[in-house]
Amino acid sequence: MSILIGAETTFIVQGITGREAVNLTRECLDYGAGARIVGGVTPGRKGRDVHGVPVYDTVAQAVEAHGSPIDGSVVTVPPAFTKDAVFEALENDIKLVVIVTERIPRRDVAQMVELATMRGARIIGPNCLGIIVPDVVKMGGIGGPAKNASQAYTPGPIGVISRSGGMTTEMSSTLSAASLGQSTAVSIGGDAIIGSSYAELMPLFDADRHTEGIVIYTEPGGRMEAELAKWVIDNECRMPIVAFMAGRFMDEMPGMSFGHAGTIVEGKEDTAAEKIARLADAGIIVAEEISEIPDIMKSKLPAHVEHLKPPGVSVPSWTHGAS
Amino acid sequence: MRLFEYEAREIVKRAGIPVTDFGFTTDAAEARSIAERIGGPTVIKSQVLTGGRMKAGGVKFADTPEAAEQHAADILALEINGHMPRGVLVDPRADVKQEYYAGVVWDGTAKKPVILFSDMGGIDIEEVAEQHPDHVGRVHISNLMPISDHKAKECIAQTGVTGKALQRLTPIVRRLAQLFVDHDMVLAEINPLCEMHDGTFVALDAHMDMESEARGRHKKLLTDLGVGDDETRLAREPTEFELAGEEVDGSDHRGVAGNVTEFDGNIGLVIGAGGGSLTLFDAVRAHGGEPANYCEIGGNPSVQKTCGLAKLVLTKPGVDKIAVMMSIVSNTRVDIVARGVIKACLELGFDPAEKIAIFRIPGAWEEEGFKILKKYGIEYADRSVSMHEAARRAVAKIAGPESVPA
Repeated sequence: MSILIGAETTFIVQGITGREAVNLTRECLDYGAGARIVGGVTPGRKGRDVHGVPVYDTVAQAVEAHGSPIDGSVVTVPPAFTKDAVFEALENDIKLVVIVTERIPRRDVAQMVELATMRGARIIGPNCLGIIVPDVVKMGGIGGPAKNASQAYTPGPIGVISRSGGMTTEMSSTLSAASLGQSTAVSIGGDAIIGSSYAELMPLFDADRHTEGIVIYTEPGGRMEAELAKWVIDNECRMPIVAFMAGRFMDEMPGMSFGHAGTIVEGKEDTAAEKIARLADAGIIVAEEISEIPDIMKSKLPAHVEHLKPPGVSVPSWTHGAS
Repeated sequence: MRLFEYEAREIVKRAGIPVTDFGFTTDAAEARSIAERIGGPTVIKSQVLTGGRMKAGGVKFADTPEAAEQHAADILALEINGHMPRGVLVDPRADVKQEYYAGVVWDGTAKKPVILFSDMGGIDIEEVAEQHPDHVGRVHISNLMPISDHKAKECIAQTGVTGKALQRLTPIVRRLAQLFVDHDMVLAEINPLCEMHDGTFVALDAHMDMESEARGRHKKLLTDLGVGDDETRLAREPTEFELAGEEVDGSDHRGVAGNVTEFDGNIGLVIGAGGGSLTLFDAVRAHGGEPANYCEIGGNPSVQKTCGLAKLVLTKPGVDKIAVMMSIVSNTRVDIVARGVIKACLELGFDPAEKIAIFRIPGAWEEEGFKILKKYGIEYADRSVSMHEAARRAVAKIAGPESVPA
């Protein structure tokens, strides 16, 4: 099963006529059962189509043409226009907004998030690649073209949450190679303020009875890991969590930004060392290398998980072994 | 982007918060005339973007304009933590009754700005928060609602401040919150915010950090302050190597082959993307390797741009070989990166098989990429070789096997 999206999810692409958005639309239409992209929006381009998806001037037109509420939107417009595009989506009752755009000032992001909260909606990103439910649907550029996405992602019991889009794929591919499929993988974005943090996605994974374990990718900067650690302790999390922390070298270089906009050591709590300690306090295992993640996860998963293997996949030997 | 104290104070002043009659100069003789204008004891403060200014001798007190000139001359020549001062600030010595702290920062968990206030000013707020938590007020403000006086008042009142002081502090703190929002700051603090013996308040020092992504929205202010477009204001000034990297990245608009940071080691890195680069840089160091640089490839840059980046790294003194590694790519094309790095070797007159220690980029267009790499005899790896394993092989080849821990 999955969180956030499924085969039935309808969504639009705002900024659909941009080069990246055209590719993203193709990829989503091709992947799994084929995403239900019911429209695209680019002001002034009404009447065109992108890979068969009709283009509208406004979100309201897309909703009207669809005839019923639309679940989600992928926003790929330039940074200066993103806030307005997201507000437009939220004011048209769209409840899930995936923001791909990078380099949006945090004041704008914070405003979008606050409006989303008021409207009972959720934002993923910005500066993210979106969400993928292996073999079913993807919303965003995550995993790339359908062929490449299928190579890396397989269905299974692991939820993946990552501050890096590319590393979402690298980690999922590593899990897949070890016969650990993914229930849903979410690229949450690398900015200092994002719509949905680890801790904010945990209740969704917790409620998804097919998700049995969580793998996260994290970096220095911000307090998101402490927030996750607190959630895990407060809620006596039923699922094992394995984390990978990149950018450990940055602890020696305070004030320098690497990787993503939010990845900067500004205070003691931002450092990789501090975060690893916080995660460990909550029983979250921090792997030294990505290749170690599958074995650590297998040693922690409850024994019944093998029953959730998708049909046609042989049960790996570890489920019978000492673990 | 951090702002110098004199710039921050100017912003505070424009926001309608009372400041002293300070002056900024890069010239010792002018420091003297500012001191003459002030007409009393002054403080001369080095304008550097680093802490520990007081300890390093970057802040001096002068009783006369002559002393102000002498101190200014000394401070202008004084390097602090590797930073030469931008100039000096000449400030009247204030007759302070009590020091307060007022600041606004982002709370990434609440996703709102938070106003911080303390009646224990003049020292580091983190220290106060740790040792005297009841002396720090905290109030979040909405991103959508107008900023209202009562938010500032609540924050100040949390520390027990009342009476005239509360009434006079409230508009100052509200204005600070407003300027934080209006100018896309990530930090805006006045410390100390001083109550004078006559009961008035004045901002005696200010720290501001503006979000780099928002610089474009504040062109007029930055021009007024004299902040150049090319000033990065990072923890350290960019090196020549890093500036050359920026030039490569700016050579065309497609994708990224940049964010180059110089290091002292001998292992040339052509790596990506954001998270991949962080992972690979750590991996090289974990295997005992010393990187010559950090960089990021992403968003499918052109062959030319990738070639430019590879050339830059290959020609860095001390670099003999490069390791070309990324996490699985889905937008960037493997074959394009392969072509770029091979072209760099060939144009420099090198054998690509000799100069490229390892190529580990799996993902989009990998069949095409691997075909080209094979043709040139370059060692390459697909996704079955982990990022850490690829880094280990690179270190073994470049630094010699003895440096790789078993």
